[in-house]
Amino acid sequence: MARYESWGRYPRAGEQRTVRIDWRHEPPALDGLAPVLPRGMGRSYGDVCLNDGGTLLLTRGLSGMIELDRAAGLLTVEAGATLGEVLPVLLESGWILRAIPGTKHVTIGGCIANDVHGKDHEREGSFGCHVESMEILRSDRGLVRCSRDEETELFEATIGGLGLTGVILSATLRLRPISSQAVQARRQSFDGWNGFFDSLEAGADDDYSVSWIDASSRGIDPPRGFHLRGSHLPDGRGAGGSRALPAIPMPPVPMTRATIRLACAAYYALQSRRGVTEESFESFFFPLDRITGWNRAYGRRGFLQYQCVIPPAAGRAPVIEILRRIASSATGSPLTIAKRFGPRPSLGLLSFPVEGTTIASDLPASRENLSLLDDLDVIVRRAEGRVYPAKDARMSGENFRTFYPRAAEFQRFIDPRFSSSFWRRVME
Amino acid sequence: MSVPARILIAGATSAIAIEVARRFAAEGADLLLAGRDPAKLESVARDLRARGAASCQNVVADFSEPRSVDLIVGAAGPQIDAALLAWGTLPDQAAIEGDPDAIERALMVNAVSIVAMAAAIAPQISRGGCLAAIGSVAGDRGRRGNYVYGAAKAAIDVFMEGLRARLEPEGIRVLTIKPGWVDTPMTAAMKKNALFASPAAVGAAIHEGMKRRDGVIYAPGYWRWIMLVIRSMPGSLLRRLGI
Repeated sequence: MARYESWGRYPRAGEQRTVRIDWRHEPPALDGLAPVLPRGMGRSYGDVCLNDGGTLLLTRGLSGMIELDRAAGLLTVEAGATLGEVLPVLLESGWILRAIPGTKHVTIGGCIANDVHGKDHEREGSFGCHVESMEILRSDRGLVRCSRDEETELFEATIGGLGLTGVILSATLRLRPISSQAVQARRQSFDGWNGFFDSLEAGADDDYSVSWIDASSRGIDPPRGFHLRGSHLPDGRGAGGSRALPAIPMPPVPMTRATIRLACAAYYALQSRRGVTEESFESFFFPLDRITGWNRAYGRRGFLQYQCVIPPAAGRAPVIEILRRIASSATGSPLTIAKRFGPRPSLGLLSFPVEGTTIASDLPASRENLSLLDDLDVIVRRAEGRVYPAKDARMSGENFRTFYPRAAEFQRFIDPRFSSSFWRRVME
Repeated sequence: MSVPARILIAGATSAIAIEVARRFAAEGADLLLAGRDPAKLESVARDLRARGAASCQNVVADFSEPRSVDLIVGAAGPQIDAALLAWGTLPDQAAIEGDPDAIERALMVNAVSIVAMAAAIAPQISRGGCLAAIGSVAGDRGRRGNYVYGAAKAAIDVFMEGLRARLEPEGIRVLTIKPGWVDTPMTAAMKKNALFASPAAVGAAIHEGMKRRDGVIYAPGYWRWIMLVIRSMPGSLLRRLGI
């Protein structure tokens, strides 16, 4: 908690002052502290959670539930609460959040500000699609309540608004009923590019789906990987949902092409053989949370995550080209996943998800990889896709404004005292 | 133990106390919360109700005033299963050193009021129940940087040790919790280091301790070993190291 870095640990920020907010009715004094940026768990990868030379407004003190309507499936919760704190209570009551991302160590406010998505995007859309209302504290207007009917413009700008429209104090979320906390997981290997795309595009009969693809080796053709689908068990039986799994510290492993290839081969061999399993909620949704500090495996230089989406109109070629380029980078990627975004529109002016195929890939931070990602931006731009700010540490301002044509319109919703390292990088 | 368990949390709006209370709420406990600020108390109570507390009652009380003891003991009723005394302030040592009144106030809030409450509430704790107070690793040695706070926490430690001996035959566990550095509003001004723990980690240890343990627990547990070393150091070495 002492170091305020981002999850990718690239780029590094210099001195950042901090102010806590612990009670919704006690707004912090922001005089003389500008620019300010709300910060929850710091799990975004690049610099949307950094404010170099500015002040971080720490929201973790706002971690209380305000109301859980167990009959209607509505949760009102303070924005600094993490999914890990909220989900056990919801699961016990037979409800779940929609659009759960790959880690539980994120705050509700962070999920809204980055309009995150989950393995259920095809059916449910992004996190913001399930927000009913919010309380936002702004330096110029004080407390503002906004919803789909009230202060609608601020409501929509705040979804995916990267924390810049004021600090979210609380939110009301519409929950989904579940029959069981446990998930039946089914893994199926795919053959070749056709198999890869066919499994991605097979439609959303299951609650959750995602593909893992081995991008560790120059010989990606034909690609190796598996498609993971999951659905809650129908009858309330199965493994306990919120049971905490023992944490494993990340072993110190050098990140070389050889070790990455070996790790991916081992992972594929293990996973593809597992076939159909019943899994606890935690192990299905948050497998990486078991490995504490896995982001540190990349050493001092940190790592980059690249996530883009390619709309259906661009066809399969850009997706294949991007995966080939990643696989033939200096070390290859130790973790690359793909999934299908459904057609449900995101509300935010800067929301990332649009219908299409999304790829997310981890790479060590290096000069070669920075230049590789610039090349990938060109492919994404040509395909009229976009790159995800929550993962980004390096895209050019020009590309950002092309990917997000509503960025100029968004600017009038920014709190006059708020900014971030990311925003200054892409807009100034 | 009654069902649901009836638990008093005094100083209920502290970050650590909230984490303890959440764990009792998840078990469906009947909670009595005491604190100074009615708005904060209500905010905590709502959270605990949403998490499954059977009921949640608030008592507004200022622990620097002696009558707060009667107020809370009265609200607790004839029998409770566990009590946690969790209030405290962290005075700025340098600022109060030359100010006897400020030192007196700091000892009042951090020691005298806790001890008085512990003595007053003890007869209401049911057999098999637990009376717990939050001490501190700061109470284990007198350090230049925080010896007023440390003296208050040491007073709690010794008082609770004596009370433990007295109440043991009645089947009541008396627990002193000694947290190390915790990332809470109380320590907002301190520079953070790797030994800082989250309120959730400390809250979990206290909840576990209140259900099963007595004696002294350090939270997180690694402070037991750190303080074993620090307690065994001669004063001259402690001063030389400037710990």
